[in-house]
Amino acid sequence: MPEINNSNFEVFVEYAGFLGDLPIFALADGTVQILATDNISIMPHNGLLSACLSLDGNKLITGGEDGLVLAINPHGEIHQIADLGDQWVDKIAAGPQGLVGFASGRSAFVVDGNSEQKGFTHARTIEGICFAPKGKRMALARYNGVSLHWTGLDAAPVELEWAGSHTGVTISPNGKFIVTTMQENALHGWRLDNPATGDGKHMRMTGYPTKVKSISWSAKGKWLASSGAPAAIVWPFTSKDGPMGKTPKELGSMGDNLVTVVCCHPSQQVVAIGYDNGMVLAVRIDDEKEAVLRKTGKAPVNSLNWDKKGVRLAFGSEEGEAGVIEI
Amino acid sequence: MTQPIPVTVLTGYLGSGKTTLLNRILSQSHGKKYAVIVNEFGEIGIDNDLIVSSDEEIYEMNNGCVCCTVRGDLIRVISNLMKRRGRFDAIIVETTGLADPAPVAQTFFMDDDVRAWAKLDAVIALVDAKHLMLRLKDAPEAEDQIAFADVILLNKIDLVSDDERGKVEAAIRVLNPHAVIYPTKQADIDLGLILDRGAFDLDRILADDPKFLEPESDHHHHEHNHGHDCGPDCDHPDHEYTTSPHDSEITSVSLRGTEMNSDMFFQWINKITQIDGPDILRLKGIIAFADDPDRYVVQGIHMIVEGDHQRPWKDNEKRESRLVFIGRNLDHEKLTRTFAACHA
Repeated sequence: MPEINNSNFEVFVEYAGFLGDLPIFALADGTVQILATDNISIMPHNGLLSACLSLDGNKLITGGEDGLVLAINPHGEIHQIADLGDQWVDKIAAGPQGLVGFASGRSAFVVDGNSEQKGFTHARTIEGICFAPKGKRMALARYNGVSLHWTGLDAAPVELEWAGSHTGVTISPNGKFIVTTMQENALHGWRLDNPATGDGKHMRMTGYPTKVKSISWSAKGKWLASSGAPAAIVWPFTSKDGPMGKTPKELGSMGDNLVTVVCCHPSQQVVAIGYDNGMVLAVRIDDEKEAVLRKTGKAPVNSLNWDKKGVRLAFGSEEGEAGVIEI
Repeated sequence: MTQPIPVTVLTGYLGSGKTTLLNRILSQSHGKKYAVIVNEFGEIGIDNDLIVSSDEEIYEMNNGCVCCTVRGDLIRVISNLMKRRGRFDAIIVETTGLADPAPVAQTFFMDDDVRAWAKLDAVIALVDAKHLMLRLKDAPEAEDQIAFADVILLNKIDLVSDDERGKVEAAIRVLNPHAVIYPTKQADIDLGLILDRGAFDLDRILADDPKFLEPESDHHHHEHNHGHDCGPDCDHPDHEYTTSPHDSEITSVSLRGTEMNSDMFFQWINKITQIDGPDILRLKGIIAFADDPDRYVVQGIHMIVEGDHQRPWKDNEKRESRLVFIGRNLDHEKLTRTFAACHA
């Protein structure tokens, strides 16, 4: 069993990860805890709804019930990116060159490294947000599909349509596939044959017993791991057609316990899996070899993130249990 | 797993007094904390972290069923609220005057997460006693809200004569014979009467309707029960009605029978709700199955039906089955005939 440093914050852990080398935990009440020689505890938000790491790994980007979008550095210093008043900022994403995307209700915004802000308004609520690998485009998941906006150009977005509510979105590291989580128990994907027009084949990934809330690309985008089943469902994306006509791997099958979160290792073909009983597992995708990293807890695991080198894993649960596992 | 949070849905046409009632709920000291999901911050004159505005957003489910709709915004807001569930004891959802209550209610049955965290307690409709008759002529939404409700606040009662009030109550009873009606002025009501009712709770279903299983009298006199505050000097001219006061398509059908065959009943209720689900707003009932010592209770919204064994029939209880449908274009003859065919 690897070494675990446990904490209990007794508040829903929205994000557990590493800011630079320091473990960081962002909690739903608005507090952020940075574990250092002298621990830093700050309360940047009145209610925190979303958090992600900047691509350089040195800033935590957060959105709150207070309408604020903030960037927090390893010293606990807070920089305000935006203030949307009384709107809840519950979707957030970071992109290359310091890009930050965030959404509240039917409006989404992108802010570049020079603090230039650009907004997009939709007819329906924006439920997911992510950037393409080079940051030229930002994908917004919405009812009946995805809109691919240009971050730097005033050109019309490319619209990808598929009936139903799309609750999250991700683009493969090679930029060739775009995948959404849906309100129904399924993933939907598009092959981006022609990124300028959005033409390409649809991909349906179904069979989940519950909603998929967590998806993660493995190193180099070879696999897409997903939650929503009593095992991590891992789809192959090595061929031109992605997972079409192929069966996914079911890793870390645990009987009745549902997988709540997945996070792939930064360099190896390994996925960390969190369960609704608090267990954390790491599984090598190729030979399906499992290692138990945490046996159990009192609440579902909500956040899992590796450090840059892939030697430590931070976890956080819905009831505030959190920790760092040294591999 | 902690207890699901009770959710009360507040409907009512524009000007019926929803905001007044919300302000009462938020300002009275009743020892409970409510998270309130409103359509617009608008006129709620109370500063409270737990008032959340949300755009009503209807999602059709990808299963080809036109009435299987949910409120996407509620799924999101409730998911976010539940991250800090210690902040409140219950949730109130205020809908716009023009809202269809069905997608709101269905959200609590069709979305797995919401279903796990929260349970629908009751749908309350506020009705403007002065203007209801006009609304019923020009606004189908007002009709739906009444037909769908578990509790109806007949508000602004001070603005109408006894005669008018009788007509309004009669009109409500045609649309919804089993809702509890409370007459109010300025939405002034003992909150204990309208919150935490368990109207969708199979254990408590129809518990506030003691007349539900009583033998029906020959005429259509509806027992004037449920907290209606008529005193002995009540002289309402009209506690009795046989015709609709306006040309409504919404009616209710009450079915009554003896012991049923469970296989046939389940086949029948599934088929009826599959075929006629879009027209069925609500259904509720208590069924006596042959060879089953327990009362079986059932409730439904459109195509969603759920049922469970409730408790054993008591020795002095007549083992009788009763089922009420409220909906549009209900085929009284077909429902009666096919229900009767399920008898054991």
